[in-house]
Amino acid sequence: MPYLLPVFYGIVIVLVLPLLAGYIVLLERKVMADMQARLGPMRVGPHGLLQPIADALKLLIKEGIIPAQADRWIFLAAPLVSVTMALLAYAALPFGPVFQIADLDIGLLFILAISSLGVYGIVLGGWASNSHFSLLGAMRSAAQLVSYETAAGLALVSALLLGGSLSMKSLVEAQDQAGAWFIFFAPCGFFIYLVASIAETNRAPFDLPEAESELVAGYMTEYSGFRWSLYFLAEYANMIVVAGIATTLFLGGWLRPLASFHGHILGTPIEILDIFPVIVFLGIGGYCFWRAPRQPVQIQKLVMVLFGGLFLVLAMVMFGSLFVPAAMPGIHGAFWFIAKVLVYLYAFLWFRFTFPRYRFDQLMKLGWQFLIPLALTNVLGVGVAQVLRQQLGWNAFAAFGLTLLATMGVAAWLITLGDRRDRLAAAAPAGGD
Amino acid sequence: MPLENEFVTRLKGKFGDAIREAWIDRKQSILVVDLKELQTLAHYFRDEEKYDFLTDLTAVDWPKREKRFDVVWNLYSFARNERLRLKVHAADGESVPSVIGVWPVANWMEREAYDMFGIRFEGHPDLRRILLPDEWQGFPLRKDYDILKQDQDWVRENLGIESGQ
Amino acid sequence: MTDTHIERVPGVSSTVLGADEIILNMGPQHPSTHGVLRVKLKLDGERVVESECIIGYLHRGVEKIAEHRSYQQFAPYVDRMDYVAAVSNGLGYCEAVEKLLGAEAPIRARVVRTILTELQRIASHLVWLGTHALDIGALTPVFYCFREREEILKIFEKYCGARLTTHAFRIGGLQYETYDGFEEEVKRFCVDFEHKIDEYSTLLTENRIWVGRTKGVGILSAEDAIALGVSGPVLRASGVAWDIRKAMPYAAYDLYKFEIPTAPSGDTYDRYIVRMEEMRQSRLICLQAIENIPAGPIMARIGKVLKPPPGEVYHSIEAPKGELGYYIVSDGSTQPYRVRVRPPSFINLQAFDRMARGSLVADVVAIIGTIDIVLGEVDR
Repeated sequence: MPYLLPVFYGIVIVLVLPLLAGYIVLLERKVMADMQARLGPMRVGPHGLLQPIADALKLLIKEGIIPAQADRWIFLAAPLVSVTMALLAYAALPFGPVFQIADLDIGLLFILAISSLGVYGIVLGGWASNSHFSLLGAMRSAAQLVSYETAAGLALVSALLLGGSLSMKSLVEAQDQAGAWFIFFAPCGFFIYLVASIAETNRAPFDLPEAESELVAGYMTEYSGFRWSLYFLAEYANMIVVAGIATTLFLGGWLRPLASFHGHILGTPIEILDIFPVIVFLGIGGYCFWRAPRQPVQIQKLVMVLFGGLFLVLAMVMFGSLFVPAAMPGIHGAFWFIAKVLVYLYAFLWFRFTFPRYRFDQLMKLGWQFLIPLALTNVLGVGVAQVLRQQLGWNAFAAFGLTLLATMGVAAWLITLGDRRDRLAAAAPAGGD
Repeated sequence: MPLENEFVTRLKGKFGDAIREAWIDRKQSILVVDLKELQTLAHYFRDEEKYDFLTDLTAVDWPKREKRFDVVWNLYSFARNERLRLKVHAADGESVPSVIGVWPVANWMEREAYDMFGIRFEGHPDLRRILLPDEWQGFPLRKDYDILKQDQDWVRENLGIESGQ
Repeated sequence: MTDTHIERVPGVSSTVLGADEIILNMGPQHPSTHGVLRVKLKLDGERVVESECIIGYLHRGVEKIAEHRSYQQFAPYVDRMDYVAAVSNGLGYCEAVEKLLGAEAPIRARVVRTILTELQRIASHLVWLGTHALDIGALTPVFYCFREREEILKIFEKYCGARLTTHAFRIGGLQYETYDGFEEEVKRFCVDFEHKIDEYSTLLTENRIWVGRTKGVGILSAEDAIALGVSGPVLRASGVAWDIRKAMPYAAYDLYKFEIPTAPSGDTYDRYIVRMEEMRQSRLICLQAIENIPAGPIMARIGKVLKPPPGEVYHSIEAPKGELGYYIVSDGSTQPYRVRVRPPSFINLQAFDRMARGSLVADVVAIIGTIDIVLGEVDR
């Protein structure tokens, strides 16, 4: 039954993903609160740990209002399109060497194509709402997504040049063979992808289409209850997908950091660095148990103990798999993959609460007049570096260092060009005269 | 206390009767001028005397007087760091020239004076109520404005009951 | 809406393409209009061709009420106008009535008034900074600003019992003596505040996105500012160095050394810089004042029943929003004959049309925020 395992993985992903997206929302709220000198959700479950479940229940039982003049079938279908595309993209993401629904030869292309189809969900949603402002917001969102996809794709091409294949699995294996993650070879590509992916997922500072304090309220306005939660889920699922792509292509996928360091614990076949996941989970579980008695309410104590138990179980799984060489790469690989995805998502959250919002024309300018030329330069540079390295035998450090310097020079030039253009535009009488 | 300094003498010399009264109250100079000469005087004060900042424009209602309204302009000069108060006596129904061409800030201030007192400003491009709803009847800051009656009328009209006031 | 005042923005025309202009209404209920303000925008695509502010949703007839209260009874009403900076309103009113009476508050009262007013200026600017940053999308500074403001409100609460509508001053001086520990707490706040203001500055001042959203937005030239009667930080950011605290000192401002920050271009960024610097200067004034609060009585001898001789007075102070003036006419009785409040927000808001013409729709929110209006004061 060759399809049993992929179907199993698919079911696991579809079941786990809404829960995971919910907990990423909780993480966002807690990180937001931390940066804003406050605590965040604390009531529903200890430290708000049951908040996502409460929110999900609330959204499920909320009244779904459909505007009278809305195009009913498209209105109902639009969020489904968004969610379907977001979930489909998981088919090619490699969570581990074995934990992948489908190891497609064109895995990366597949994911990018499916993510692009997600734009339909937004545009259809805006259109079907029969509201002037929703349509404008949807158009803006679509324009933003399309512009930044070009930059994102070009940034990914630089990693492809290094990896030599579109298959996600072989890209990770290429990083294993190269001995270093591709971020060290093409850091500019990584940063371009970081910025472009923030714009792709409509996150701050690129969240004008859905900002509350702007005049146009966005494509999600007319949606309520479960349909809105589908859009929301799609947004966070997309975030995890782009984080997954970045992790796979630039951060080494499921590889352990310093994968080539094989120092063992004295006398055992266990590598020192492989103990790290065990320690992390033990630490978190222990912390949960330690804080459990201090919770104010009985139910919170119970939930804290349950979470502690969960983390201890995970620690034991991590530890146990150290002795089962067949399962170890899969389980530890999944841990490292998820850890890297979380780090990448933390950057998303961090930027959201630090930067003000870009205005739409500035956003488009950034995408077209800065990121795309820079991404092109980066591709060129990485290509040249590869040639220098492979055919002229240059040292990798020198070749890629050269590329890095050249790309940063081009970036600086583009920035000054942009600033000069802005200054000239401001000097021309634009109004207020 | 009547004011007879160099400034006032100069003004009286230039405009004669247009300057009706000049006095000083709590160390602040006040001039009462003729309504018809207001535009000329406004230009003069802004351009020659450098009172380029119209701080405030308002009105006071003295119902027992024949010309019941005191329209007051508070001027300030940056160059001289001095304030000056101009007043005009206007009767009910008499329209006062607008100084919006001299100090554009007068736009909303004149609208408010119209809204609260019913003083019409001639030459104002858009004289309508600013703080009260457009369909409000009456001018609240007049001394004979019966707020109880207004309230009773409103309650009767909008709520359909008798006000308990 | 009459059309007599439309000036076509040079270079922008919709008639060539035959496109219609749309009218966009930012209704009285909107997260970014800082109160019940209605803005009607006439848009040509993304550009604002004309705008109209419709106010009066918070009109409470304060000036009419004043004619039926005694002078002391009216004092709590003035707090409710600019409710973000209630202490300043109270200062203006009390000093105006004192001028009307020909009395002066004793030096100790004047110094304490100065300290509390400057703390209130900092608090008002903190609210402005937090909400303005929030409108532009920076979600974090608002929490930091409100955290600092909390310290100031605690001081106010300890002093007079209220945080927001304080009624801290009385006609003739102060009612309450400063509490034990007042000097230490104010000093501690001022010392801490320097780092905090540097923190906000780090987050925003050099931030490319912030600069991009605020530079060149809502430009008001000095000429326009003076013609439109604008005062306060908006005027100073257009280059006019005028501050009533220096030009016509009141309370105890002539005793202290401080600077008046100005900025050359009159855009939103400059108004931000001016207000940030004003917060620093207020802090310096507080530190100087706290060093040496003179001993003495806190209330002038003016009796319980106030009957100012007939006449009138106009007295203005530099409130955080601009020039707050009180024109009080007395007819010799215990109740004022006319109290006119010259509201800085009302007059500054008039300049909104000038600033918004030719700008993009997304900038309208930034421009409303940068004028720093409080609807309680606009509508009274």
